[in-house]
Amino acid sequence: MELSLATRTVGEHTVLEVGGEVDVYTAPRLRERLLELIDAGARHVVVDLGRVDFLDSTGLGVLVGALKRLRTADGTFALVCDKEPLLKIFRITALDQVFPLYPTVEAATGAGQ
Amino acid sequence: MATVRLSFSPAPVHVRTARLVGVAVARRAGVREDLLDEVRLAIGEACTRAVALHRQYGLAEPVLVEMSDSGTYAVRVVDRAPIEASIGLAALDADQLANESLNEDDLTTGVGFALLAGFVEDLQVRPVDEGVGTEVRMVWPVNR
Repeated sequence: MELSLATRTVGEHTVLEVGGEVDVYTAPRLRERLLELIDAGARHVVVDLGRVDFLDSTGLGVLVGALKRLRTADGTFALVCDKEPLLKIFRITALDQVFPLYPTVEAATGAGQ
Repeated sequence: MATVRLSFSPAPVHVRTARLVGVAVARRAGVREDLLDEVRLAIGEACTRAVALHRQYGLAEPVLVEMSDSGTYAVRVVDRAPIEASIGLAALDADQLANESLNEDDLTTGVGFALLAGFVEDLQVRPVDEGVGTEVRMVWPVNR
């Protein structure tokens, strides 16, 4: 399934809803969108992975890049994910200790991130 | 002898095709249904790594994927990059991953190996028998 990207605003948070497959081919589009959002002034970004059915190391690299960029800009970055196969990927790579991970967008945006 | 052999030009767009073929052959070979997500991810990571190496060294040769189902489901992903560049299993901990000085390419490589090692119990990365390059060999059990 192709990558889909949709942005909405929840309070002070910019929520990027990602769907489909995030891999070595599609990850550059995700990187580009995140950079656009940050360049446009978004400082509290939540990426909702709820409709992602494939995520590889390239996609994870893009997400870490956005996290670091926002940290440098005194912003915050959080992920929404409640699918066990994806959560396992975060655990295996130790990235569950790097990203704030929430089960729902409400939890991510209401947690003062 | 390989059941299915696939070679593709080293472009990111073809990695998805390799994943789809790899999972289709795995299913037909009798790999347990609950392992197929891991098969898909591992084949994708191995192919992504090979494509990245070919692009890094400007190599136009195809990446080779061989799938064999004699007794087990074995997948070989073969690249043609210089060996000194391609063997190096970097395990990154959380502090290293979050370190500002780690660039995205190195992070992706480390994370890719972590996924391969984490999802494939029977994994080997070794020089190819002939010529230049390395092969990533992954084996899964089949139910027959």
